[in-house]
Formats: sequence, structure tokens, C-alpha cells
Amino acid sequence: MSEVPPPPHRRRAHTSTRDLERYAALFAERTRVMRSSAMRDLMAITASPEVISLAGGLPDTSTFPPQSFAAQMTRIAQESAAEALQYGPTEGFEETRDCILQVMGAEGMLPDPHDIIVTTGGQQGIDLVCKTLVDPGDVVICEAPTYPGAVPVFCSYQADVVQVECDEDGMRVGELEGLLEQLRAESRRPKFIYSVPTFQNPAGVTMSLPRRQQLVELARRHELLVVEDNPYGLLRYGGEPMPPLYQLDGGDFVIYIGTFSKILSPGIRLGWTVAPPPVMEKIVLGKQAADLCTSTLTQYFVREYFREGRWQQYIEDLVEIYRRRRDVMLEALGEHFPAAATWTKPEGGLFIWATLPDYIDTSDLLAKALRADVAFVPGQAAYVDGRGGSSMRLNFSGVSEDEIREGIRRIGSVIAEQVELYEALTGEQSVPARTAAPTPQSDDANVLPFRKTAEGGG
Amino acid sequence: MRVAVLKGGRSLERGVSLRSGARVEDALERLGHETVAVDTGPDLVARLRELRPEVAFVALHGVGGEDGTAQELLELLDIPFTGPGVAACVRCMDKVLAKHAMREAGLPTPDWFAFSQTAFRELGAAEALGDLEQRLGFPLVVKPSRGGSSLGVKFAADAREVPGALVAAFSYDDKVLLERHVEGRELAVSVLGDEALPVVEAIPVQGDRYDFEARYEIGRTRFACPAELGDEEHRAVVEVALGAYRALGCSGFARIDLILGADGPQVLEANAIPGLTDTSLLPQAAEAAGLSFERLVERILELALPVPSP
Repeated sequence: MSEVPPPPHRRRAHTSTRDLERYAALFAERTRVMRSSAMRDLMAITASPEVISLAGGLPDTSTFPPQSFAAQMTRIAQESAAEALQYGPTEGFEETRDCILQVMGAEGMLPDPHDIIVTTGGQQGIDLVCKTLVDPGDVVICEAPTYPGAVPVFCSYQADVVQVECDEDGMRVGELEGLLEQLRAESRRPKFIYSVPTFQNPAGVTMSLPRRQQLVELARRHELLVVEDNPYGLLRYGGEPMPPLYQLDGGDFVIYIGTFSKILSPGIRLGWTVAPPPVMEKIVLGKQAADLCTSTLTQYFVREYFREGRWQQYIEDLVEIYRRRRDVMLEALGEHFPAAATWTKPEGGLFIWATLPDYIDTSDLLAKALRADVAFVPGQAAYVDGRGGSSMRLNFSGVSEDEIREGIRRIGSVIAEQVELYEALTGEQSVPARTAAPTPQSDDANVLPFRKTAEGGG
Repeated sequence: MRVAVLKGGRSLERGVSLRSGARVEDALERLGHETVAVDTGPDLVARLRELRPEVAFVALHGVGGEDGTAQELLELLDIPFTGPGVAACVRCMDKVLAKHAMREAGLPTPDWFAFSQTAFRELGAAEALGDLEQRLGFPLVVKPSRGGSSLGVKFAADAREVPGALVAAFSYDDKVLLERHVEGRELAVSVLGDEALPVVEAIPVQGDRYDFEARYEIGRTRFACPAELGDEEHRAVVEVALGAYRALGCSGFARIDLILGADGPQVLEANAIPGLTDTSLLPQAAEAAGLSFERLVERILELALPVPSP
């Protein structure tokens, strides 16, 4: 056999700035809104091993039993190698959809299996919904703050993103109503309302039942779609379960996005979208164009995993772990954050949202925190308009209890330095220092994420 | 030649440095050099001892790489390296030191006052803010003394915005400066060896004059190279830039950022290791001088090597 000569070079190098301009002339209009930023560069160092990162959104996959993983993969190799290595249907395998029905059933939903498409993670669901519904300039409404990973999707479809404030009962639906009127008056066309109603990312808040009913009713009246993104619903550590919007609406005006990422593994990239048939038809075509089908191999894995019948037990184990981590973080926040800070007390999910005095910019604070080897997500990432500058998202699921304690202690001490400095600069002594008020375990003093409003549904 | 490309590290500009480094590696390989990339970390000295490079190409930006730290180690290990030496790096990285050196050399730089955190915490410097603001006028610019890109740089339009801007700047360094804002054209002069390359002008696309982030985003700032300057203006700008390069003790290469205002050019800062990414200003300037990126890299490498004795 003759030897193939090695290629002269990995790729042709881009030798000049003119080259770059040449490409730039070819870029689509939508790439203009795909921005890089100094903050993104900052995030490049959160990955170093010395850094305790409370910035991620990672579930803990370390407790998944390796023997069980090995047994399932072996079974797939022995019994279904040819199928598992082949393309599959665009909608996903029927067996995968059966697993999805079980997961949704656990939250009281019973969709028609034909309304379900298996996607490459829940993230692809957001993309496909936008692909199906959004023309450039169309309004997409979401919460303020919203899931930071949804913003680039909306932007890449050139949506005009409008955010509606959240408080501790989730999106202020009363404000949404006013906004819809206003948009109508301006003849701007909203296509859908994106919401993470349960254990919201990033705020950790859960929409109250009256607001859920109000939102579903509003969508119906305006013939607008609501996109309910519910990755965390089964990760509840306290309080009473809340019916998903999909259940309240019956699936007419609510598109539902689910995922196996937080209840099994994000690495398998398996999620799903449930939509009414006319919408689903377009979503399927969009999916076909995007990637033909979702990984068959990981669909087989999920099928085998569900066959074992222990998936709910695994979630219960996760819930135990995460509940303790949440409690540790809340306790550490009470101990180490300044009196002027507030934070949410989530009943589930992966995140706590903390808000500092408004003179602190958390993007700058991150630079200081990184010098202390700790990281978080600056609040600005969750807004499209530069707000959120004094808030931060803290993750408690992907780090050990000790790391949470130490991470919060470090963040607390960099904040304390900034507060002290600001007070020295202005002569203000806005809030008495925590040490001056010896109220041990003043549990709920700081647990007021957003101003309580008079709005219904409290 | 065996070349170690130093990049990455723990600085806040790690991302940019990785891009600079990758591009330099490409160029070095095309030039036929044996190239090893080193993401600098706790094993730097051990790796350099093991690799025994004939020369180190320093593509690090920010604290830890551009401030003389890595250069000090390279000197100790007797490995020739690209760019300015230790002393120049120390001076360029610290804007306050750089401004003092320029003032002493009689070079124009905007008026400023510098403070450490200690001054505010322990010496009641806040009391003096009013006087200082009166002397510098508004808007004024607040900057961390050591830091790259636009990180932590803020405009304060009035006295109420000063404390917040100071808190932000102190996030990046324990020393900050408050600087008079000079209205004018933003210019960058890259110096290679002892020669000034064509001047680059950064032109904000629209209304982003007070937004430093804009300067680092494609599409929000337009770069003109060579900048349109009259002969007299050009001469003055280059003279001041070369003066700063020498006053700071730079060698190899560096980039001097200036403002061309009504009273002529004033130096804002010097970058000991300017970016080498495909959108960076030094490569643009080199290209305008007819120097491809490979030839630029080759030249930088030559300048790093000891002059052979006759």
C-alpha cells in the first residue's frame, strides 16, 4: 500500500486582515447581532482547575452508577448494534417518546405522542421554535431576567426581544398584558412568549398558580403561543408541585420543551418539544434540515435506562443531593453576603439569583472574584438591554458542599471590599453592617429577590 | 529553529492571548520553525527546562505575561524572548508608571491623579475627590492602573458617577487613575524594531464614543490604516510615539495609543505585547507597510535574538 503524503499544512492560514474583510463581506446580516464580548473572554478563565466555578449550569453526573451505564451500553451493542448505529426517524423513536410520556406523566401531563419530537437537547427545541415562528423584526417576549442561553438563539433569528420583569412569583403577567396592548398599538407583532415558569433559570423563582392561569388565558385570548421551557420541574426540594402551563392549557397555545439533561445526562444531548400538529409539521421539517435526526445511539441508551425502571429513584437521589447543596448555599449566603444583598430561595432547580447594591457591577466584580479563584455568571447575561448589572447567577448543583461554602465565602469577601470602598468614597453607610446586628440565622431577611408587587397572583 | 510560543495563562485576557498565540504558531510553522505551544501555568519553568527552546515567542497579554513576570523567568533561564524586556514591560503594564516616565521625558500625556485603595480606605482620599474633579473636569476617565483591553475603564459624566467607576476600576487593580478626557482622534502607532509602522485610526461607527467595549467588536469600530493625517500631524504623532517607545525602554515591538486633540498628540498608554489576532492593530499596521503576518513574525523573532558578534 502506498503511503499517503501528509498534508502540507493543517489548513491554509489566513494571512491578512484583508482576508478577514473578504469573509466579513459574505457574513449574513444576522451575524451582526452575534456578539463576542470582553465578558466572554473573562469566562475563558473560569475553567481553570483552581477556580471554584459557581458559573456553570451543570448537573452532577458523578453519582450515576458506572456499572449500570456499562451494562446498558453492552446490551445495546449485543442486541441492537446495527439499529443503534443507523439513522433514525426525524421525530425520534416511538420508544423514546414512550419514555418522554413517562417523564411528562410524572408532572401530570398527558400529551399525544404524535405531538412530540425528540430533539438534540432542549436547546434545539428553542432553535426550532424560532426557526418555525420568527421572521426578522418579530417580537419575542421573555422574562427579565431570562435563560442566558436563549438570548443568542432569539438574536440569531433577528427577533426583537422584549423582556417582562419577574418577581418572586415569576413573570409579572399583569405587565405582560399591558405590553401586549402597547405592541398592538405600535403594530409590532409578537410571536411567542418564552418562559421557564418552574425554578427559573437564572432567577430560581416559580410562577404562581394564578399567574399561570392568567398567562394561559392571555395566550388564548391573543392567539399567541407560549413556549414553556421546563428542564427542572422534577427537581423539587420543597413546596407543592405546580401544574405546568402545558397541562393548564391542554396543549393548544402552549409549546412545551423538555430535556433529559437535568434528570439523566446533558452529555446524551436528548430533549424534546411538544407542539400542536400544524406547528409540529413545520418543526419536523426544520429539524430535518438541521440534522436529519437526533442521535439514535443515545435514544437507545435512554430506552435501556428506562427499561431498568429506576429513573425516578435516580431523580430522587439527585433531589436529596441538590437540596442539601441549596441549603448549604443559602446558609453560606446568609453568613458571607452583605446585609444590603438579596437573593432568591428556590424551591427547586439549579440556581440562586443574588442582587447586590446597585453601585456594584457584577461583570467587574467577576474580574476581582477570579483573582480569588471563584466564578459566577454576571447578571447582564440574562438581559438584552444591559440591565441586571448588579445581579449574579449562582449554581449549586455542580459543585460539592465544601466548594459551595468556600466559593460563597470568597465572593462574599470581594463584595465586602467593594462595599467598604464605596462607603469610604461616598461617606454613605447605607445598611448597618451584618456584624452590628446579632440576629442569628435571620433566615428570610435577605430572601426578597424582587420588590413584591400589588399585582394579582401573590 | 525551536520556538516555544507562550500563550494563555491566567490573565483576564487569556482568550485574546490564545488567539494571538494560535496565529503566531501557524505563521511559525509555515516559516519552517519547530513550534511548541505552551499554555503558561505552574509548570512553566519545568516545561521550558524540558523543551529547551532556542527562543520564546511571548504571545501573552495582561497581568502575568505582559507585566514582566514571564520575561523575568525567561531571563533567568537564559532563553531569548520576543518583545520588550522586563523593565519596559513593568512600565508599560502600569499606566501610572508609564505616565510618570513620559512626563519626565517631556512627552505629552493627559493630566491624571492616581490613587491606591489604601488612600481611600485609610487616608481619607475621598475628601480630595472634589478638588481633583475640578482640576480634571468632566467627563473624566477612570482606569485601573494595570489592565488590558477595555476592562474596567469607565467614563464618569459627573461627580455622582465617580464612586461607581472607582469601585469598578478597583476590581481589576489596587491602583487606579482618574484622567482628563481629551477630545480627539484615536490613533495607534505600532513600532517594530525602532521604526514606526503606518498609523492606525480607530473610528467609532456611531455614538459609541464612550463605550470602550465597542472598540473590540467587529462592526462597531472602523479602523483606517494608514490614518489620514497631514504631513505635520503625521510627523508629530510618530515623533511622540517613538519618544514614548524609547522613554519606556521598549525593544522589539510595542504599540503606543494616542489621542490627537486640538493641542496635538497625547499618549494614553503603551502596550508591551499588543494583540496579534487577525483583528489586532499591529498586524494591520504591518500589512499596510507591506509586511505579511509571516514576515512580521519572522522580524519579531529576529529582533529577539542576540546580534551575532562579528
